[in-house]
Amino acid sequence: MKHTISALVQNQAGVLSHVAGMFSARGYNIDSLVVGRTDDPRFSRMTIVVVGDNDVLEQVRKQLAKIVPVVKIFDYTNEKLVQRDLMLIKVASTPEQRPEIMAMVEMFSAKVVDIGLKFVTIEVTGPEEKIEAFIEICRPYGIKDVARTGMLALPRHAKA
Amino acid sequence: MTNARKSTKTPSITEKPITGSKVLCDTLLDEGVDTVFGYPGGVVLPIFDELYDSPINFIIPRHEQGGTHMADGYARASGKVGVVLVTSGPGACNTVTGIATAFMDSIPMVIITGQVKTHLIGNDAFQEADTTGITKPITKHNYIVKDPKDLGRTIREAFHLARTGRPGPVLIDLPVDVTTALCQMAPKGEFLLPGYKVRTEGHMRQIVKAAEAINAAQRPVIYSGGGVLISEASAELTELVEKSNVPITTTLLGLGAFDENKDLSLEMLGMHGTAYANFAIQECDLLVAIGSRFDDRITGDVKRFAPNAKIIHIDIDPSSISKNVKVDIPVVGDAKKILVELNKLIEFRERKEWLARIAELKEKFPLTYDNEGEGIKPQYVIEEIWRQTKGQALVTTGVGQHQMWAAQFYKFSKPRHFISSGGLGTMGFGVPACMGAQIACPDATVINIDGDSSFSMSLLEIPTAVEHNLPVKICVLNNGYMGMVRQWQELFYGHRYSKSYMKQPCFAKVAEAFGAVGITVSKKSEVADAVKRMLAEDKCCVVDFQVEREENVWPMVATGKGLHEMAGLPTNTSERV
Ligand SMILES: Cc1ncc(C[n+]2csc(CCOP(=O)(O)OP(=O)(O)O)c2C)c(N)n1
Ligand SMILES: [Mg+2]
Repeated sequence: MKHTISALVQNQAGVLSHVAGMFSARGYNIDSLVVGRTDDPRFSRMTIVVVGDNDVLEQVRKQLAKIVPVVKIFDYTNEKLVQRDLMLIKVASTPEQRPEIMAMVEMFSAKVVDIGLKFVTIEVTGPEEKIEAFIEICRPYGIKDVARTGMLALPRHAKA
Repeated sequence: MTNARKSTKTPSITEKPITGSKVLCDTLLDEGVDTVFGYPGGVVLPIFDELYDSPINFIIPRHEQGGTHMADGYARASGKVGVVLVTSGPGACNTVTGIATAFMDSIPMVIITGQVKTHLIGNDAFQEADTTGITKPITKHNYIVKDPKDLGRTIREAFHLARTGRPGPVLIDLPVDVTTALCQMAPKGEFLLPGYKVRTEGHMRQIVKAAEAINAAQRPVIYSGGGVLISEASAELTELVEKSNVPITTTLLGLGAFDENKDLSLEMLGMHGTAYANFAIQECDLLVAIGSRFDDRITGDVKRFAPNAKIIHIDIDPSSISKNVKVDIPVVGDAKKILVELNKLIEFRERKEWLARIAELKEKFPLTYDNEGEGIKPQYVIEEIWRQTKGQALVTTGVGQHQMWAAQFYKFSKPRHFISSGGLGTMGFGVPACMGAQIACPDATVINIDGDSSFSMSLLEIPTAVEHNLPVKICVLNNGYMGMVRQWQELFYGHRYSKSYMKQPCFAKVAEAFGAVGITVSKKSEVADAVKRMLAEDKCCVVDFQVEREENVWPMVATGKGLHEMAGLPTNTSERV
C-alpha cells in the first residue's frame, strides 16, 4: 500500500542524503520523494510516497523523526489530500497529428509548452492517475521523453 | 560575528574573536572534557598547536580505531562523552569501526575529524574523504562546518546530541581553514535544533497501565538492557525488582544493572543466556522490557519469542518500540524517571508458584561446565578471576566465545562494570576499551578478558598502556582458534574448520617487548597463582592462558530456534544441538 508522508526539514547540507540513505539502509521502498523550499527559507518540505504496510509506515515515521534536522512529520494516510504531480512529456507528432493532440491537451487541461517539427512538449499537472492516463493516450504516437516531479501533497483542510 | 545571542549566563565567554582551533579547545574544556583520544595529521595541525598549551589530557593511540574504542571504553565506564580528534582522509576512515561500534550500543561520543580546505572539498584533494557521507549511517548526527560562524554552536550541539536522549556518536568535520579563521565561542545551551525533541517523562497513563499489569501478573519477568545503565537507573531497577518480587534477566549490555548474585536474578538471556532465563521468558505471562531493544541475539525466533506474554516496553527511543516485537504497553521516556514513578505504584506479591518454578529451573539447568579434565577450562579462568577480584573488577572483552564466558561466569553486581561490544560485535575492542575505562576509573581493577584473535587485532595498543602507566590486566583465553567461528563450523558445517585458525606468536614475549609484563600459563595448577600475580602487578600485564582448544559455549540457541530450544543443557549434554 502507498502512504504519503510529508516532512518539514531544516534547510541544510546533507538532509536529503540523510533521509534517502535512511530509506535505503532500512530497506524501505520509496515511490517518490520531492524536496523544495517552503515560504520560510530555513525549511524545506519533503513529500515522500512510501510503499508498505502500516507497521512499515509506523517505523518510517519514527525513523524519520530520529533524523536530527527533520523538524516535523505529517502522515497523510487517512486524510483527504490535494495531490499534484507535474509532468513534461515530449510526444512524437507530425504537423497533421497536431489537431488530435491539441484535443487531448484540451481534455486534460494540459498545456503545450514547446512545438518542433517532429515533437510537441506538453505540461500536465494533476493527481497521479491523471498523469498516468495521459501517458497512456500518448503512447500510440510515440513518447520521446518524460520528466515528472513526483507527488506533492497537502491536506485539504487545515486541522484545527 | 553578528549573531544575536539570547543566552546570557556564560560570563567566561570572551567576545574577542579567536581562532577556530581555540574555540574548539576552549569549548571542550567548558563541556567538561578532561581527556581526548586522537592522532595528528596535516589538516589538524592548527588544532594540535592549540592543544600544545591546553590542560587537556591527550592520549595518542597507535591506530585511530584504537583511539575511538578507547574513547568508547572511557564513555562506558564513566558515563561521560568520549572525545576523539583525528586528521582527514585516512585518520577519519580509521575511526569508522569505532564509531559504528559506539553507535550500535548508544554510546555518547564526539568525533572531530579534520578536513581539507573548504574550497578544495570535492576535488579529490590530498587526504580528502567524504567523511560526513561515510559516517552518516553510523552517527546519531554529523556536521561539516563550512562557515566559521557556525563552529561554536555546532560543538555545543554535538555534545548535547551525544549525551541526551538515546545517546550516540556525533561527528564534526572541520575544514582546516575554519580552524584558522576567526570565530567565537558559543554560550552553553545555544542550539539550533528545532527538530530534536527528547521525551524523558513517561506518559502517566501508560505508567499506570504498566503498574497494573505488573501487579496483576502471575508469571512476570523483567528483561533489562543497556538503556538502564545509560540512564543510571540501577537503583530504581533494583527497587522495582525487589518491590514487585519479579525475577529479572538482562542483556549482554545490561549486565550489572541488577546484582547477579541475588536470588531474583536470572542473569543473561538470549543466544548464550542461561537456560533459566530463556525458559522463564518463554513461560512468562508478562514481559517488562526496560532499555532493551529485542535484538535477534536476544529473541531467537522472534515469532515464538515469549509466546504467552503481554509486553511492556520502556524505552527512550520511540523507534525501538514495536520494531521487532509487537508491544502492548509502550512507555516512551527516560528509564530512571519512569521507574521512579512506576515504583510508587508497585505492590509486593508473593508469586509463590512462579518463583518456585524459577527455583526449579535454576536447580535443573544450572550454568555449569565440566572442570574435571587436565586442561585449563576458559570458564574456570574467569571464575578464578571473579573469585580473586571479589566480583568488583571492571571487565572488558573482545568478541567471541571468551566474551560469552565472561558474561556468563563473571557475576556482575554493579553498573558500568561490564564493557563489551554488543550490537556490532567488534573484535579488537577489548584492549583499547580497557585502557579507556582505566583512564576513566584510575583506581579500579580493570581486566580485559580477550580471545587470541581479538587480542591480535589490537595488541598494538599495549605500548599506549605502557606509556601512560595504565595498569590494565589483559587475560587472553588462548584457544588458538577463532573459537566462536570454530564452534559454528563444528556444529553447523560438519567440523570443517575452514580458515578459523592462525598461528599466534608468544604473547608474553610480545608484551615484554612492548614494556608490559608477560605471563604464560599452560597448566591448570598455575591459573590461580597467575591471576594473583597479575592482580598484584601495577603495570600493564598480559597473561596468556592456554586453554582447552575446542571448548564450546553452552547453552546455545541456534539461529532460527526458539529461546526454549537450547542445545547443550546440563541434562542432555550427550545429544548437543
Ligand atoms: C572485526 C571482526 N571480524 C570478524 C568477526 C567475526 N567473528 C566473531 S567471533 C570471531 C572469532 C573470535 O576469536 P577469538 O578472539 O580468538 O575469540 P574466541 O571465540 O576464540 O574466544 C570472529 C572471527 C568479528 N566479530 N569482528
Ligand atoms: Mg580464540
